[in-house]
Amino acid sequence: MRDNPVFKIVSKILFGPIIIYGLYVQFHGDYGPGGGFQAGVIVAAAFILYSMIYGLEEGRKLMPDWIIRSVMALGVLVFGGTGIASILLGANYLDYSPFAYKIYKAQHLGIIIVELGVGLTVFAVMLGLFNAFAGFKPHK
Amino acid sequence: MLILDNIPALLVAIPLLASAVVSLLPSARIAWGFAFFTTLICLYMAVELVGIISSTQALSYAFGGWEPPWGIVFVLDSANVYLVLLVAFVSVIATLYAYTMLAREIAVEDLPKAYAVWLLAIASLFGLAMTGDAFNLFVFLEISALSSITLIALGAGQDRRALLAAYNYLIIGAIGATFYVIGVGYLYAATGSLNLIDITDRLNELGTNQAAITGLAFMLAGIMVKAGVFPVHIWLPAAYSFAPSAVSSLLAAVATKVAIYYFARLLFGIFIDITQLVDFFLLYILMPVSVLAIFYGTIAAIYQSDFKRLFALSSIAQIGYITFAFSLNSHSGISAGFIHIINHALIKGALFMAVGIFALGIGSRATMSSMQGVGRQMPITFAGFVLAGLALIGVPLTAGFISKLYLFKAIFETGNGFYVALIALSSVLSVLYLWKIFEVMWLKEPVQPLKSDKEPASAYLPVWLMVGVIMIFGVYSGEVISSGIGAANALIGAR
Repeated sequence: MRDNPVFKIVSKILFGPIIIYGLYVQFHGDYGPGGGFQAGVIVAAAFILYSMIYGLEEGRKLMPDWIIRSVMALGVLVFGGTGIASILLGANYLDYSPFAYKIYKAQHLGIIIVELGVGLTVFAVMLGLFNAFAGFKPHK
Repeated sequence: MLILDNIPALLVAIPLLASAVVSLLPSARIAWGFAFFTTLICLYMAVELVGIISSTQALSYAFGGWEPPWGIVFVLDSANVYLVLLVAFVSVIATLYAYTMLAREIAVEDLPKAYAVWLLAIASLFGLAMTGDAFNLFVFLEISALSSITLIALGAGQDRRALLAAYNYLIIGAIGATFYVIGVGYLYAATGSLNLIDITDRLNELGTNQAAITGLAFMLAGIMVKAGVFPVHIWLPAAYSFAPSAVSSLLAAVATKVAIYYFARLLFGIFIDITQLVDFFLLYILMPVSVLAIFYGTIAAIYQSDFKRLFALSSIAQIGYITFAFSLNSHSGISAGFIHIINHALIKGALFMAVGIFALGIGSRATMSSMQGVGRQMPITFAGFVLAGLALIGVPLTAGFISKLYLFKAIFETGNGFYVALIALSSVLSVLYLWKIFEVMWLKEPVQPLKSDKEPASAYLPVWLMVGVIMIFGVYSGEVISSGIGAANALIGAR
């Protein structure tokens, strides 16, 4: 499969648009269907497609494990840190109201940041799961 | 003030965020230091929380400023604040113990990730103890199950059977969680609410409602799996006996206890006034099952030769005592149950820690044949172990005695002498397996030199801290007793 030029070229063409579509789902999730979880899966799908066509080693060069692990933790920190920021601004945990002057803008901003955290973690976990299972070597 | 006002949220958020940070730390020592510091902060916050509740009685914390019943709330009253303190205390001690023990039982490069999962488990236990939202509880139940399973599977470095134990827990735990969430679905269909206080109000208006009762049945079944109540305990013995010893001590001490607390809250805090079926369930289902649990756990422990499995089986019996106390369906019964939740957590935590140290000393699993004379070779740990064992039987001057005393008091109120005989008989039986251990470890000659020439002080110090608290609670038992009575007051009103 890897030597088939059709797969190679199609996956190269699709790689960018998949990520852009993922970003659209991520940042348009507050108006349309979508959100961090779906976006994370879509973006991860682009990298998984790359790994499937070019091989796991190439995929790991593109997105090394240490980046995946850091992004996993970063997403949690973005989500949880938003809650801590609310507390520091004098509101309850994850209360977005103090983030902006108008309450609906504040809620909007808060949900975008939190969903970004979700998206980052879901992306990294999906890719991490794929790498873990694809790279699985049975013990003797 | 920022911290004091937001303690309920921070108790979950701080370990959760710390776990993300710890997972990235390069060195096992730094990761441990970070984790230990986090648990200390949690203990501080839990102590503050007890102070707040003792002056205000109850506290409701609305996440995101969404007021109940719409948003998710954490509710604290005298039923769960001591549970939070218990989880915080045990997690500090268990983390201290993990410094020496976890490092020797799992690969060094896995340690930071292990501490990350460890903190995640602690965060989920805090969440389970505090949440006032039926669905949010399911979320914490899943976090707690997944993190516990990972921690149990880490025992595979010592013994590959840990993988099977973890897998069994995954499957059985998932079935339990499914039952619980089906129950929440029924309850939501009947009441249109997920907030537990709101559900109680709405059910009172609705009266007897088939969907709500079906929901209750599913929820109870699911929670009983998580709490390790006989006969749905089957994941428990293997999970506790093959997990790394630090993990066993943390999970055996507090993981099932938060599920039991929620079990009591469902029965007595919400459904007791709604339907007669709760009385039926307590008398005709929970009570016989608890008696079976007590005798099954104790007798199986007598015939067990693997120490960790023996104490896991004894846990099933001890959980049986707690549910038996609940099944008496009285104020003093509930108090006795909550008193035993605290005491048993401390006792079983100390016992699992001590067994871990013995196993480390001889370099293989602690069994009746491998443990000959090890008590003489490790006298400091063994002394703590014996005291905790005496507390497990319920010898006076230990915390276990207070548990048994209040259990007997609750039974005498029912006027049924048969139950007194049953509990007394089971206590005598538990002497048997502890005597067997004492005989093997102390009265027999050591057969082999220890792998490490001394028992590590950093490992027996946590054991002795636990034992110290057990002894203190055996003599100055006022706080524990009033916490149990406070819990009963919060659930069914003062009597």
